[in-house]
Amino acid sequence: MPQTLESALFVFVLGTFVGLEVIRRVSPLLHTPLMSLTNAISAISLVGSIVIAGSERSTLSTVLGTIAVTCSMANVVGGFVITDRMLRMFRKREPGK
Amino acid sequence: MSTIFVPVTYLAAAVLFILSLKWLAHPTTARRGVTAGEIGMALAIAGTLVHHEIVSYTWILVGCVAGSAIGVPLAVFMPMTHVPQRTALSHALGALAAALVGTAEYYLRTDSLDAVTMTALGLEVILGYLTFTGSLMAFGKLQDLLPGRPLVYRGQNVVNLSLLALAVAAAAYLVADPGRTALFPVVAGLSLLFGVVLIIPIGGADMPTVISLLNSYAGLSAAAMGFVLDNNLLIVAGALDGSSGLILSVIMCRAMNRSFTNVLFGGFGQMQAGAGPAEERTVRRATPEEAAVILAAASFVIIVPGYGMAVAQAQHKVRELYDALTRRGVEVKFAIHPVAGRMPGHMNVLLAEADIPYDRMVEMEEINPEFPRADVALVIGANDVTNPAARHDPSSPIYGMPILDVDKSRTVMVIKRSMNPGFAGIDNELYYMDKTMMLFGDARAVVGELVRELATA
Repeated sequence: MPQTLESALFVFVLGTFVGLEVIRRVSPLLHTPLMSLTNAISAISLVGSIVIAGSERSTLSTVLGTIAVTCSMANVVGGFVITDRMLRMFRKREPGK
Repeated sequence: MSTIFVPVTYLAAAVLFILSLKWLAHPTTARRGVTAGEIGMALAIAGTLVHHEIVSYTWILVGCVAGSAIGVPLAVFMPMTHVPQRTALSHALGALAAALVGTAEYYLRTDSLDAVTMTALGLEVILGYLTFTGSLMAFGKLQDLLPGRPLVYRGQNVVNLSLLALAVAAAAYLVADPGRTALFPVVAGLSLLFGVVLIIPIGGADMPTVISLLNSYAGLSAAAMGFVLDNNLLIVAGALDGSSGLILSVIMCRAMNRSFTNVLFGGFGQMQAGAGPAEERTVRRATPEEAAVILAAASFVIIVPGYGMAVAQAQHKVRELYDALTRRGVEVKFAIHPVAGRMPGHMNVLLAEADIPYDRMVEMEEINPEFPRADVALVIGANDVTNPAARHDPSSPIYGMPILDVDKSRTVMVIKRSMNPGFAGIDNELYYMDKTMMLFGDARAVVGELVRELATA
């Protein structure tokens, strides 16, 4: 169902506002994990890549789509894993220490 | 059924992505944020796999397996000191994916592209390709495969901007007439080239800003893909990534008292090269023994880590020093400048890796009033962010940059490899103050000696 440009812009502008509001609150302590997490999230371009790779409409598009799936998937998996690995390290002092 | 299933999974994924970033705000809820993001991503992928255009899963599977084979080792075995490089690399991968999808869409839909879609597609492709090569260049500089110093030549900005202008003009031509397929490779090629020349003049210490900007571009190209594919989830996720990169870039620029244009076109760090120190000034060289005696007698110590700590992989030794001092009843805090290291938050991750509690890491605005109360400020591999010239010398290139007020503490100790100036190529007057003790050597070795001396002191 094709949507109009207006509604797409609507979503984009509101998304940006929500993003600015939410991300402004992230502690500078966590700016590195923030970047790796947003990186993983924007690897949602995986969904676009999957459709191109799976629809097999031309050899060129299948090749490009497969490379795109590879790149996005690397970011999805890698981004979440390393973000969690970093966050696990952030600990408060244990009481009594 | 899939007509309801797909939009619902996409909507749920968008909500989960926003929650994910919301929970990241604080270390206590941050890991929940990762889980939310993962569930969102899984839902989105599930929703996509039932897409009616998909006729075969072979190549999807191949891509997913290959991608996981690349992504998992990069995430699991990458040392924390190399996180900036990994981040640059993942920006490159994300941007390449967007650019390739844009390219495939262009050739598949050449005949049916309207002006609006072609505009979005042009943006997606230009941003995607330039971020791809730009991030690879940033990766090369961070990994020391390329010279970290800025490379500049006369007329560089004119050349660079002309490249971008040509790419945009060619894309505009395609908007008017998408059928001119010969122009498409021109747009792609010029964008790839622009990404390279954009990063060449940028020095290593500007990497925090550049990485944030590239983060923003990668997000925007994903959002543009959303416009091309009529996919709101892509638009939302891209907007979140874009705004995150934007916020971080603004914070980084503010922390260096510079504008975007200055970072991108300034070629910082080489204009000062000729202006060596006018007179020979003497510094006070100290041994670890002398330093340890003062540290042992202190009651409040502020440690200022910088990129040098990362290079020397000294964070674990710093943790030992923290333990040794804390055991003696010394209060220890870490002062974190926003641009310390090579990406936003770099120092915090390294210190956390060494198991230093995060409530000991204090931001610049909060720690600065505490320096006058500190007996010792111990600077480990940081330079320009501690230079008092930024406060009072209008002729200094870093004048106006907010700094850590290290010079206000009672004693300053600086661990440094040599008297070589920092990236800005300027002398740091902090080193010549009467209360400053210089400890020359590799950060890890010197901190190790301090720990040993403290054990016997």
